[in-house]
Amino acid sequence: MSILINRDTRVICQGITGKSGLFHSQKCREYGTQMVGGVTPGKGGTSVDNFPIFNTVEEAVQKTGANATMIFVPPPFAGDAILEALDAGIEVIIAITEGTPVLDMARVGKRIAAQTKCRLIGPNCPGVITPGECKIGIMPGYIHMPGPIGLMSRSGTLTYEAVWQLSNLKLGQSTCVGLGGDPIVGTSFIDTLRMFQDDPKTEAILMMGEIGGNAEEQAAAFIKQYVTKPVAAFIAGRTAPEGKRMGHAGAIISGGAGTAADKVAALEAAGVVVAESPADMGTAMQRAIAKRK
Amino acid sequence: MKIHEYQAKQLLAKAGVAVPTGIVAKTPQEAAAAFTQLGGPLAVVKSQIHAGGRGKGRFKEFPQQAGVLLVRSAAEAQDQATRMLGQTLVTIQTGGEGKQVSTLYVEAGLDIARELYLGIVVDREAGGPVLIMSSEGGMEIEEVAKHSPEKILREPFCPDAGLMPYQARKLAFKLGLEGPAIRSAETFLRKVCRFFVDRDCSMAEINPLVVTKQGELFALDAKVTFDDNAAFRHEDHKALRDLSEEDPFEVRAGNTGLSFVKLEGNIGCLVNGAGLAMSTMDLIKLHGGKPANFLDVGGGANVDQVTEAFRILLSDKEVKAVLVNIFGGIMKCDTIVEALLSAYEKVGFNVPLVVRLEGTNVDVARKMLTESGRPIISATDLTDAAKKVVATLKA
Repeated sequence: MSILINRDTRVICQGITGKSGLFHSQKCREYGTQMVGGVTPGKGGTSVDNFPIFNTVEEAVQKTGANATMIFVPPPFAGDAILEALDAGIEVIIAITEGTPVLDMARVGKRIAAQTKCRLIGPNCPGVITPGECKIGIMPGYIHMPGPIGLMSRSGTLTYEAVWQLSNLKLGQSTCVGLGGDPIVGTSFIDTLRMFQDDPKTEAILMMGEIGGNAEEQAAAFIKQYVTKPVAAFIAGRTAPEGKRMGHAGAIISGGAGTAADKVAALEAAGVVVAESPADMGTAMQRAIAKRK
Repeated sequence: MKIHEYQAKQLLAKAGVAVPTGIVAKTPQEAAAAFTQLGGPLAVVKSQIHAGGRGKGRFKEFPQQAGVLLVRSAAEAQDQATRMLGQTLVTIQTGGEGKQVSTLYVEAGLDIARELYLGIVVDREAGGPVLIMSSEGGMEIEEVAKHSPEKILREPFCPDAGLMPYQARKLAFKLGLEGPAIRSAETFLRKVCRFFVDRDCSMAEINPLVVTKQGELFALDAKVTFDDNAAFRHEDHKALRDLSEEDPFEVRAGNTGLSFVKLEGNIGCLVNGAGLAMSTMDLIKLHGGKPANFLDVGGGANVDQVTEAFRILLSDKEVKAVLVNIFGGIMKCDTIVEALLSAYEKVGFNVPLVVRLEGTNVDVARKMLTESGRPIISATDLTDAAKKVVATLKA
């Protein structure tokens, strides 16, 4: 077991004929992911590096049995691509695209929230990987190893850093989820915590948050109430200066504060071990596990 | 992207939102003419800079001179304008160095009965735009949030349907509006929300929003920030940009597609990914150093963009050492090294350089570094990188 994706997941790539789309589809296939094709409107019927191309997601689903998609289309079309995948019956949509207009995501988010069959990860995220089974996204595969740690993060490269530290400590990962850095994303910390808590293969959870918003505070409240597995965390931006303001209304909406100190306090109150330095994310996970034994 | 108050008001007026009559003035003579043209007994002269707090702000050159003030004659308008135009306004948001004022906005006075607060943001939790209002107009909303949070009203709205009439009425009643003001509020609030969506704003603030004695609503101030990601559907917004309001390094970085924020320290950082970039800054501070910037080269940057990133870093005289921290995903490590070596050739590094690489194509990249023979200090992990770059400064 794992969450979201595994060796049976059948994946297409929307935007496969673009440079990044093709490069990462190839990397995912090399990792062992069942990459069954791609979608580029107008190029249906052709193929690129042995990936069959379809005009629509609907057609790709019918002909390949795909149940997951990796989205690389340019930002103006990302909202459209997500809804096309949703309507075609895709179960896991992973939107890598960075730079989608926020109001586009507000519209998409409402449709996603109104149903339960499909889960959207991202946009502006590195993707999801179940080590040794399936990689959908842009993360370097070799840094991962299979194991019991569930990992979730709002940041991309910081996730790689955490995975690398875990793997060097011989702490393998059940599934690593990059939730995405945009203001509106499909899946939250709480959604992911719920999945990890219910996943028998996941024995402990590592989360990477950052300053701004109050997602970490909400996660802390959820952990306190529902999560029985050991949790460790790191909050990026502890030393970021306040100087650059987002404007008045921005600050108030972010839950009154959204400072690193508030987040760390909320997490520690929920029994989470919080790493002081980004170099200690792996060891914080070790400490959280040891604490429970 | 931020725009000036007068630009925001011109756009709001086009969208049918009531704003006071106003005229842009670039010289003291124009300010006097504006007063005469407005024809009222008094007018307000307002400095146009992107930062807030202008009313309480003072000019460096004339410490008695406020950034926004009332005038009662054309002669007074002209006289005041001479001490504002071309001068440096310091407010709580500009920092000590202040901002040079090159434009004034001269506005007709209003018969004000009440001042309210209005803000619109895109809220993570609500998953869409939220209209925020308060009876405490003119106050800093953060102060209101701290001391009397019960006075803050929030109304999420659907970007397509817009703010519904009942939502506007609900707010109007809660704010204690009466008589014709309720109908005015319905129109005003719905139009502002429509404006927010149509213009792809990420933030809009009208503070104060005034209610006149006649029960009409007017946007007395207006701050608007556009969502840069939606710039592709708003060609007409380009002309509204005022580059003199932005940090030149940040503008250069932005033109290259990089995310850059100038900071106070002396260690230049080049990192991929915002989270890792912030963590790298945290780490430098933990080890006793000070980051000179936040520079996220993102995922899709090519060799030219990364070379330009090095150029920007090195053109900052404050930078005494550079730390490159790359964990390749979309970004390939060899792209970074190629850019780094080209920067060596074209720009030349006169400061120590510490490089930490991991991720996609790391082996190729490390080989390129070694074979280049350049005096680059390589680091094995995060802590090692931070310690080494801080040590170069002490040496």
